Amino acid sequence: MAKSIGTVDILVDSCKGCELCIPVCPPKVLVMSKAVNAIGFRYPELRDGCTGCELCAEICPDYCFEVFRGRAAEAGEVSA
Amino acid sequence: MANELQKVFTRSPLLGTDTHSLCPGCGEPTAIRVLMENVEEMEERENAICVLGIGCYTAFASLMEVDCQQAMHGRAPAQATGVKRVLPDRLVFTLQGDGDMVTEGIQEIIHAAARGEKITAICLNNATFGETGGHMTATSVVGQKSKSTLDGRDPDVHGHPIRLPEMLRDLDGVAYVARGTVHTPVGAKKTKKLLRAALETQRRGLGFSLVEILTMCPTGWFVPTADGPRFQEENILPVFGVGELKRPAEL
Amino acid sequence: MTNPTRAFLEGGHALAEAAIQAGCRFYCGYPMTPSTEVLEYMARRMPEVGGVCVNVEAELEGINMVWGATGAGVRSMIASTTNGMALMQESLSEMVVGRIPAVIVNMGRGQGDYFMCTRGGGHGSNRCIVLAPWTAQEAVGTAYRAFYLAEKWRHPVMIFGDFILSHTSETVTFGAPADATGPLPEKDWATDGARGRAPRLLTSLGMKIPEAPDGTPLPDGQTRTDVTAPMRMAVRRHEAIAAEEVRVESEGLDDAELVVTAFGVPARFARYAAKLAREDGMKIGFVRPYTLVPFPEGRFREVAARGVPIAVFENNAGQMVQDVRLAVEGRTPVHFIGGISMDSSGFGVGPEIDALHILQRLREVYAARSAA
Repeated sequence: MAKSIGTVDILVDSCKGCELCIPVCPPKVLVMSKAVNAIGFRYPELRDGCTGCELCAEICPDYCFEVFRGRAAEAGEVSA
Repeated sequence: MANELQKVFTRSPLLGTDTHSLCPGCGEPTAIRVLMENVEEMEERENAICVLGIGCYTAFASLMEVDCQQAMHGRAPAQATGVKRVLPDRLVFTLQGDGDMVTEGIQEIIHAAARGEKITAICLNNATFGETGGHMTATSVVGQKSKSTLDGRDPDVHGHPIRLPEMLRDLDGVAYVARGTVHTPVGAKKTKKLLRAALETQRRGLGFSLVEILTMCPTGWFVPTADGPRFQEENILPVFGVGELKRPAEL
Repeated sequence: MTNPTRAFLEGGHALAEAAIQAGCRFYCGYPMTPSTEVLEYMARRMPEVGGVCVNVEAELEGINMVWGATGAGVRSMIASTTNGMALMQESLSEMVVGRIPAVIVNMGRGQGDYFMCTRGGGHGSNRCIVLAPWTAQEAVGTAYRAFYLAEKWRHPVMIFGDFILSHTSETVTFGAPADATGPLPEKDWATDGARGRAPRLLTSLGMKIPEAPDGTPLPDGQTRTDVTAPMRMAVRRHEAIAAEEVRVESEGLDDAELVVTAFGVPARFARYAAKLAREDGMKIGFVRPYTLVPFPEGRFREVAARGVPIAVFENNAGQMVQDVRLAVEGRTPVHFIGGISMDSSGFGVGPEIDALHILQRLREVYAARSAA
């Protein structure tokens, strides 16, 4: 079974820093920034290991996440 | 194909592109998101008419890419009745809060339900008046502190919370009633399915449908945003059970 | 039943039939004497024309159903009485700001609702257009005119009658009056589903306002939220309506040494009293405001400019008399000769709705006119 891999685009300037996305992320790859966005809130930043599970997008009240998902290369398969 | 990433989640085009002004950690935008995703997936954009009550969510009338009417506080079920009776083939739904539907407008919602109006009423229940900054509503739970119940809601003084879906369930005109919660991703997904069933009930002309959605209001609960889900589980969910209360056999 | 062209009907029934012939297809009402007859007639007649009649559970619900149906683009009406009207006031006020062109009928108990009807009753600085027919025939014309004016200005219109108008049978002829025909603006605001067009928002809250506070359009696609914008736009609309829509009837003003004024059915008694007074040698003129909003201030100013005193007869404790006094601004004496006059049920004809009684009051005022 191929492993699900993914990533998210985070619309940083829409974020109001509620942190609801942080604990719901299964691989725990979202961490709050030190910097603040244009409206003064800290925002989530993505670390390696996103699976594209969409849970952050499901809980985000500010529609900050766009989620992308695919399957990791099988053993022996050559990735581009 | 391996490593080709597909976009699997994006903001519904029915939610426009502007940012909204609701507070950090609010549950209402999530409830409205799953509602509008349903309207989009049911291909009802050109058929939908939303009647909004008065609360924080009213601001979403500027974002929602469907026809909208704004109603007076509590009166959306009557106004939606007027719309549906003259345009019976449209998909008509209300968007109201607990303050709007349960506190101020309980007569309108009960009579609309009893008449079996073929509309879908949606109650965003956060157990507080969020827009005024956290005052008691008819659904505030016993012990809940608010700016008008400083030591917590005391039943001897302030009465008991109203479980509106349970009240309406036994009316003959009511076809579908459910309660969902959007304080977790799974809850949001399930709530989307409840809303779909309610809208489908209306589309098939089976009768009145209502979904109450428990939404977090950390501002009105006076807790940090990250504590919203915990507050919901410890205080709100024990009083307001989640799930379908009535479902038509035809669905 | 086909549309009648001529019929002998109670005023309430005649008004209901005219509303249907004017295209009203949604009606709701809560039974209350003397507006019940409108509901009864609509309950039988609406299904015949493919319309909807709802026996609503409260006036509060009724007015908001009418808001919804009108907002969906369908001509809609509600009738009620006095206390029921009071229950509607929040929505009525907001329907002016939100530009909901519904027709609202108040078959009042007496005329004690003048303030409620003309001041907007509810919150804000808002006024409906208010029309006060005095015969069943004029009630018929008023029904057509009300829908016409409502859509012309995109503004709610109220018809203010009373138990005598509602319950008195008279012969009426149906058909739109000349001033209630002609092209109307397209309903480019109706929320009937965004089919092949951009979504619409019908609101009284100033969301998505497409113009700046000074009225200039915002650049392409830009909208703003300004709660006061629709209020200020309503004020501009009030002024435009006042400039264009005043309707008033008067007789015998040229040589009048006293003018009696009244509105609605009591004006028929006042007019007859003025006629009897003329036979007695008293030079009494007569003014009947048909539009209570906009109020025919100009006609009263003309009377006042000649120093002619005015007697106001109305079936209440003295309400329109205030508008007459405001109009003349102290330039001539204004006497109140009316009073609350109903039978003990609260909705029948009382002893002061009588031309001889009015004549006696006119004699007193007439005799005192030079002393003043």
